[in-house]
Amino acid sequence: MNVFRFIWQNHGQVLELTLEHLRLVGFSTLLAMLIGIPLGIAIAHRPGFNKPVLASANIIQTIPSLALFGFLLPVPWLGERVDRLAILALTLYALLPIIRSTYTGIRGVDPAVVEAGRGMGLTESQLLFQVELPLALSVILSGVRVAVVISVGLATIAAAIGAGGLGEFIFRGLAMVDDRVILAGAIPAALLALVADFGVGWLERLLQPR
Amino acid sequence: MHPDSAIPMIEFRDVSYRVASTSVLSRLNLQVQSGETLVLLGRSGSGKTTSLKLVNRLLAPTSGEIRVKGVSNAEGDVIRLRRSIGYVIQDVGLFPHFTVERNIGLVPRIEGWPEERVRARVLELMQMVGLSPELRRRRPHELSGGQRQRVGVARALAADPEILLMDEPFGALDPLTRDELQREFILLRQRLHKTVVFVTHDLREALRLGSRIALMEAGRLVTVADPREFLRSADPLAAAYVRAFGDGLESAANRGTA
Repeated sequence: MNVFRFIWQNHGQVLELTLEHLRLVGFSTLLAMLIGIPLGIAIAHRPGFNKPVLASANIIQTIPSLALFGFLLPVPWLGERVDRLAILALTLYALLPIIRSTYTGIRGVDPAVVEAGRGMGLTESQLLFQVELPLALSVILSGVRVAVVISVGLATIAAAIGAGGLGEFIFRGLAMVDDRVILAGAIPAALLALVADFGVGWLERLLQPR
Repeated sequence: MHPDSAIPMIEFRDVSYRVASTSVLSRLNLQVQSGETLVLLGRSGSGKTTSLKLVNRLLAPTSGEIRVKGVSNAEGDVIRLRRSIGYVIQDVGLFPHFTVERNIGLVPRIEGWPEERVRARVLELMQMVGLSPELRRRRPHELSGGQRQRVGVARALAADPEILLMDEPFGALDPLTRDELQREFILLRQRLHKTVVFVTHDLREALRLGSRIALMEAGRLVTVADPREFLRSADPLAAAYVRAFGDGLESAANRGTA
């Protein structure tokens, strides 16, 4: 196979771009979790806010990714370092599944259990950390899993603004009309998505409350 | 008489509770004496569960006040108040991700008891409610309904509260298990001298367990009577209850006060 020979011959660069890709996905997912999980908890506890927050996250999701990368380019601090910009854009896309799954997970905890805990004298933070979050964890992780898989795919577009990652091969291949080069980016990206999907799925089953 | 009997353990003073414009509870005046088991009897929607939740302030009254040991329960720390009151509900509300041991030991643990004392207390309580110690590592879903309810009672007793609030604790059990748990409850109460407020819609259970029965209907207190008086009550609603439950009530009433 030509493709695999090409990947083998360029394995140094494939590895480097894969790591770059991982870095983009990893940082953006982490950021999206840091923002999305507290936000999801907040709207689960204050039902009045769930519609506007979920709607905003939804709207972000509908912006075509290439356009979003382009929109953010002229923003001062961001535009200077395209990797920052790529991470921000990916974070925005990862928000919706994470907020939504956190919201659903917390709302799905049996109200009788929460009320029993409150009646026994658990403080609100004890209720959250000892009862609600552990019981919602597997649902939250299912959202993280979706976010990661989306990010791996979207991060290939970051190469369009020069932020690196496996998209470099894809865009280069497109320009050179060379399938081998395109596939040298696409195959590792697909594998990455599968591994991430499997990994988070495994974590999800491991932490499932029984 | 018990020396504390001058001050009621729990006192409802002109308590009303409304949601939006619907009145759930209107002008409830009721005293629960130390060491007694007061049963709140009534249909669903009569306000009995609401009354119970007002005691540990899961709900706050629209007007009036609830006094616990002579002090309004709106004063002071609500977390402290709740930890000093045991709470048992019908769906048990056991934490499904905790073992039996962690469920029972929860309040002592968050109260900062040393680990050894918590463990000893958990074993003591499991024995008290008739649970074999091997069950302590199980999760709630690995227990029978009766066992779960025993864990619920043990959990409520963990920090040795003076007051127990029980919201239809035996409602979802099969008749045999319910009978067994009711009998054990009577024994337990004689040993522990707790003040209990017990919600049920089952007259037989009320007669058997209550030192007094407070009959509620549509958010109002209809009558308060001890089990024997209740059976002879002239009140039409109480009489209707007695008719509906039929024969064998005398024996239930006699056992309840034995």
